[in-house]
Amino acid sequence: MEPKSVTRLQPDIQEQKPRRRYVFLMSTPALLGLFMFLVIPFFMAVGMSFTDQRLLSPNETSWVGLRNYDRLLNVSGMVQEPVRDEAGQLVLDGDGQVEYPRLRTLLRSDPAMADYKLFSSWDLGEKRYIVLAKDPHFIQSFINTLLFVLLVVPLQCGLALALALLINRQLRGIFLYRTVFFSPVVTSIVVVSIVWSFLYHKDLGLFNHYLQAMSFGLIGPIDWLGDPAWSMPSIVIMSAWQAAGVQMLIFLAGLQGISPDLYEAADLDGAGPWSKFWHITLPGLRNTVVFVVISTTIQAFGLFTQVDVMTQGGPQGSTSTVMYHAVTKGFREQDIAYGSAISVIFFLVILGIALFQKRLFDSKGDK
Amino acid sequence: MSVKHLKTLGWYLFLTGIGYVFLFPLLFMLVSSLKPEQAIFADLYSIRAILPVGELSLDNYRQVFEKSNVSLYFWNSLFITVGTVIMGLFVNSLLAFTLSRMSWRGQKLVLAVVIALMIIPLEAIVVPLLLLASKLPSIGWEGGMLVLKSSWLNTLHVQMLPFVANSFFIFLFYQFFRDIPKDFDEAAELDGATPFQIYRHIIVPMSGPVFATVAILHFLLMWNQYIWPIMAVQGEDARPLMPGIQIFFGRQSSWGEIMAYASLVTLPVLAVFLMFQKKFVTSLAGAGIKG
Repeated sequence: MEPKSVTRLQPDIQEQKPRRRYVFLMSTPALLGLFMFLVIPFFMAVGMSFTDQRLLSPNETSWVGLRNYDRLLNVSGMVQEPVRDEAGQLVLDGDGQVEYPRLRTLLRSDPAMADYKLFSSWDLGEKRYIVLAKDPHFIQSFINTLLFVLLVVPLQCGLALALALLINRQLRGIFLYRTVFFSPVVTSIVVVSIVWSFLYHKDLGLFNHYLQAMSFGLIGPIDWLGDPAWSMPSIVIMSAWQAAGVQMLIFLAGLQGISPDLYEAADLDGAGPWSKFWHITLPGLRNTVVFVVISTTIQAFGLFTQVDVMTQGGPQGSTSTVMYHAVTKGFREQDIAYGSAISVIFFLVILGIALFQKRLFDSKGDK
Repeated sequence: MSVKHLKTLGWYLFLTGIGYVFLFPLLFMLVSSLKPEQAIFADLYSIRAILPVGELSLDNYRQVFEKSNVSLYFWNSLFITVGTVIMGLFVNSLLAFTLSRMSWRGQKLVLAVVIALMIIPLEAIVVPLLLLASKLPSIGWEGGMLVLKSSWLNTLHVQMLPFVANSFFIFLFYQFFRDIPKDFDEAAELDGATPFQIYRHIIVPMSGPVFATVAILHFLLMWNQYIWPIMAVQGEDARPLMPGIQIFFGRQSSWGEIMAYASLVTLPVLAVFLMFQKKFVTSLAGAGIKG
């Protein structure tokens, strides 16, 4: 070990310089890439969301302050009284329905309300309650995305856990089943969406065939992708089926981390399978569950491809999502500034979820 | 047969039933691509839907090649994917090497920034990235000569360069390199090896697993790219497979042809998956846990 310490002791200044050059040469390509294509676009998104930037435009870009965000997030409400004649009686329209003042005329007459459009309305008692938004499509897309997340996360995570429990046993050839359950993951979501569009087909599709056969024709054909009530659930089912394989593997790793001694002890106490699942498996998987749920949630918020291939946001906007709206505005309508504002809101939601996850993990560390 | 055997058999039957649900769309796609249109519908409601029976031919594939420029899209996809993965392996592992095995000023900060960047999803930056790409100048090949183009849109490299450096892959490399004992590099350093030689001759040969993991993840990511190419590539010349099949699907082509196209897009990945399936599975699970 003699020579080592000798070399170490030499304050070799000449050696430091080329070393620094190596650090520079070896780290620059990746750092440049991250900077150019991640950091810059990110700050561009923030900056441009306060402008009226367009993809191609002869006009100069100018600052518009919070106008884009106002357009996105501004929601307002109003209550309408029905129309009454001079005697104070309700006026009925041709169909015998109570008549209300025309909303469009009302909004146009008031300059402060001119930017609002109808989002939703319902009649209650002798009043009409109206929700207005400056961009009703965005509000709807946001609600659709939340709906997708709320449906797909439990379904996908539950399915993944069930599959993991299924294949976590000593059976010969079990790896074959693991490969099979996993195979949709390596199939492109574009291809999956196309093949499932066929299975979902109203007249020819397989799902309606089985549904009718199993219900003896009682349940009529469902227009899976064409009915606003079914379109989002249809995308949910397909998405959970396609992606569950990844979470299945993560759960499987979690299951294999639980000590077998616990199960043996439970067996000695005469615990049944349910009790073992509730008292050993689930608590043992706590970290894994938190991680899987959060990462699935983050992924689900970015829903775009399935929608673009299968429904293009329809029918009646029932499958439009935040990302779909961002691409429609920012790219198809070339309103980069508005698309950027949507991207910023999207990022803030993701950041919120990630911080929430961090808090969950941190608080666990304290215990 | 004993009760135990019956129970085992029951498990196999149950697992096979569930496996059927997961495999059906894939098998149906592959099998239907070989059948004439009427046979697809005739076979749909029986087990024949996933069996290659009846009159089989490659007609659908022939039609796909005739109606769509699928071989061009295929080579575009392959070039984009392979090129990006190779550049990515190199570039990302080099940065991870300097972060994990050398010490320099600002290193901790750079590492923290790289980790923080993992939170930004691609979706959050595609819109501004589109504007950026439309403003970057590039050199292109047009009509047998080099020309200066005023934008990166509609090129192959616009689909590659933004995706070479990846903070998540840098992090995977970093974790792996960090855990390799330092004795090796120290000995090599004494022998006068440069950092690059240490990287090349010591770290890389010891890091096969992480290179394979990143290669697989990056391959899947690039091959399945969709949102970016539909925005950045409008013309045919640089179009990859995923937008290609989506356009073909939107044209109301026959289902047999669509299934043939879908099979063409899927088969290369499926082949790679089946060859390295164990590696695939551990990579994706491991990446999930660490991410």
